[in-house]
Amino acid sequence: MKKLIGIMLLAIGSPAVLLGSPAVLFVSPAAMASEGSVRLDAAPIDQTDVVSLQSGARTFANYCLNCHSASLMRWNRLMELGLSESQIKDNLMFSGDKVGELMSVAMARKDAQQWFGAAAPDLSVIARARGADWLYSYLRGFYRDPARPTGWNNAVFENVGMPNPMWQLQGERVRVEQIAKGDDGTDKKDAHGAAAKSVKYELVKPGGLTPVQYDETVRDLVNFLVYMGEPAATSRKQIGIIVLLFLLALWPLAYLLKREFWKDVH
Amino acid sequence: MAATEKPPVTGSGSVALDGLLTWVDQRFPLISTWKAHLAEYYAPKNFNFWYYFGSLAMLVLAIQIVTGIFLTMHYKPDANLAFASVEYIMREVPGGWIIRYMHSTGASAFFICVYLHMFRALLYGSHRSPRELMWIFGVLIYLCLMAEAFFGYLLPWGQMSYWGAQVIINLFSAIPLIGPDLSLWIRGDYVISDATLNRFFAMHVIAIPLVLLGLVMAHLLALHEVGSNNPDGIEINKHKDANGVPLDGIPFHPYYTVKDILGVVVFMIVFVIIVFFAPEMGGYFLEYNNFVPADPLQTPAHIAPVWYFTPYYSILRAVPPLFNSQFPGVVAMGVSVMVLFVLPWLDRGAVKSIRYRGTHFKGALAAFVIVFLVLGYLGTEPITVWGQFGAWLDNADRATVAARICTLIYFLFFILMPWYTKVDKTKPEPERVTH
Repeated sequence: MKKLIGIMLLAIGSPAVLLGSPAVLFVSPAAMASEGSVRLDAAPIDQTDVVSLQSGARTFANYCLNCHSASLMRWNRLMELGLSESQIKDNLMFSGDKVGELMSVAMARKDAQQWFGAAAPDLSVIARARGADWLYSYLRGFYRDPARPTGWNNAVFENVGMPNPMWQLQGERVRVEQIAKGDDGTDKKDAHGAAAKSVKYELVKPGGLTPVQYDETVRDLVNFLVYMGEPAATSRKQIGIIVLLFLLALWPLAYLLKREFWKDVH
Repeated sequence: MAATEKPPVTGSGSVALDGLLTWVDQRFPLISTWKAHLAEYYAPKNFNFWYYFGSLAMLVLAIQIVTGIFLTMHYKPDANLAFASVEYIMREVPGGWIIRYMHSTGASAFFICVYLHMFRALLYGSHRSPRELMWIFGVLIYLCLMAEAFFGYLLPWGQMSYWGAQVIINLFSAIPLIGPDLSLWIRGDYVISDATLNRFFAMHVIAIPLVLLGLVMAHLLALHEVGSNNPDGIEINKHKDANGVPLDGIPFHPYYTVKDILGVVVFMIVFVIIVFFAPEMGGYFLEYNNFVPADPLQTPAHIAPVWYFTPYYSILRAVPPLFNSQFPGVVAMGVSVMVLFVLPWLDRGAVKSIRYRGTHFKGALAAFVIVFLVLGYLGTEPITVWGQFGAWLDNADRATVAARICTLIYFLFFILMPWYTKVDKTKPEPERVTH
């Protein structure tokens, strides 16, 4: 109920907030129940940051589109992000597709099924299904796990089929479990009396980017995924302001009309 | 009366227009209909906030029909194409996202208006004699609305569309003897498939809307036959002037048409805020999982219907299975809606309006509202949402126990109604309406 009330307030407050920063409006969906109660990091995305969106588009084309499609998205829609047709063609598209075509993928579903255990999901609306925070945490959550067939596991999506697609950027991390120490230096126990463990991830092999740079890269990528989930979202809010202003202007007129007609009713 | 015997229409301010209206009126009951239902339909002058939601529900119906027509132009009722066609509307069709968000928000807005409209009836006794038939038409409209929403929700062909429909259709298979065949007949296949999608599309875009429109017409005709109730729950027709006009009545047009315009503007402000700034309403109007295409092989961890069904979904889950059959829960859920039909006869109160009712009814109605909201909330969450009780209660889920208590109160509200409304200490009704 609290959540619902919060959302109502948010909906009512939105137009005011909007004049500040539209990014605040993205309500994060709760973490999917199936992936447990991992605490998600808030994705610091900003839909008005065109540079970030362009950078995210580049990362997306380089690291995601090899296996994942975005088959509801047209290449030339990226012109909304300030890119020209030739820029899109030269920098983002690797196949001989036309710029008016959809972001399809060459990998066959059957191959994907065989290689990763599941066909890679289409990413067109993934941000709407998962939420920005989940994606941001997930894409930064990979670690080395020799028990997995791909050699990779994920802190947010346990036993995920996908290996870390950006390992060259992030580097390789391992999961380290420690017995947590209490304030007095003794081993901490959890509610059931078992030794409480704390988990941390250590970078054992640095990648091409520093952790801070990697976070920024993922931020841009998630920013782009959110944009792609609903490309019309930014103009939606702009149009909304105009419609709302119209109705707010109509309100006093409707009120005066009613008052005028009702003058003689007692 | 032969056509030409009708008096000519005058007073439109233009001779040509008078002539045209006369020509039409002599061939069609134009003026008499206008008078009977608008200009000389006398409504009580003391309508308050609660009386906006009938006309607002009609407005939403119009929004749904118009946006629905445009959606139908681009939507593809095909299991392989449906999901992408909805996104096609969102991305490629000019203005498509406005149409789609108006339709998805309209679905929830429809239920909000109808729930408030029904609650108004409970508050002021609008369901009681002589308005029982109007109430019954209203409950039928509500049932149609539920069917309409259910059929429509499958169309985007997302995970929640698919698995929500699966849950509901499986309810029918819990019916003894005919259940499995019945659910097979509804699906048109052994699983929810393209065949199901196609028939749901047909039901959603033509069958149910036709019935709905007919029922709305009947609802209004019944209303205009007996006249509107009002917040005092008294009949304005008891006091008329020499011309037969109720002393406390005012013509619907222009008084309530201009008042409803004000209501419409306020409603549209709220509606527009949702459509343009929070169309998902945090997952309550558009569920996040429905942005994942339907996958018959992957059951979501948590299946929840859209908010307007959740009170009944809670009742379904709350009733324990009997001999491994969900049937008792299905019956309870069915009865929880059907009981509304007999509401006019369960209420034995000496007065209609809550203004003059006693503490019994006020307390019962308050309890009913609370349990309806709690059941609605619990229906959106997994049963583990409030954790478990200790071993002393077999580690039962707290939410399930709460839902059972609420279900009990829900039914007691109706079962005990003849008693508590009769023994209630009511106040005397006024002769004339008050503000």
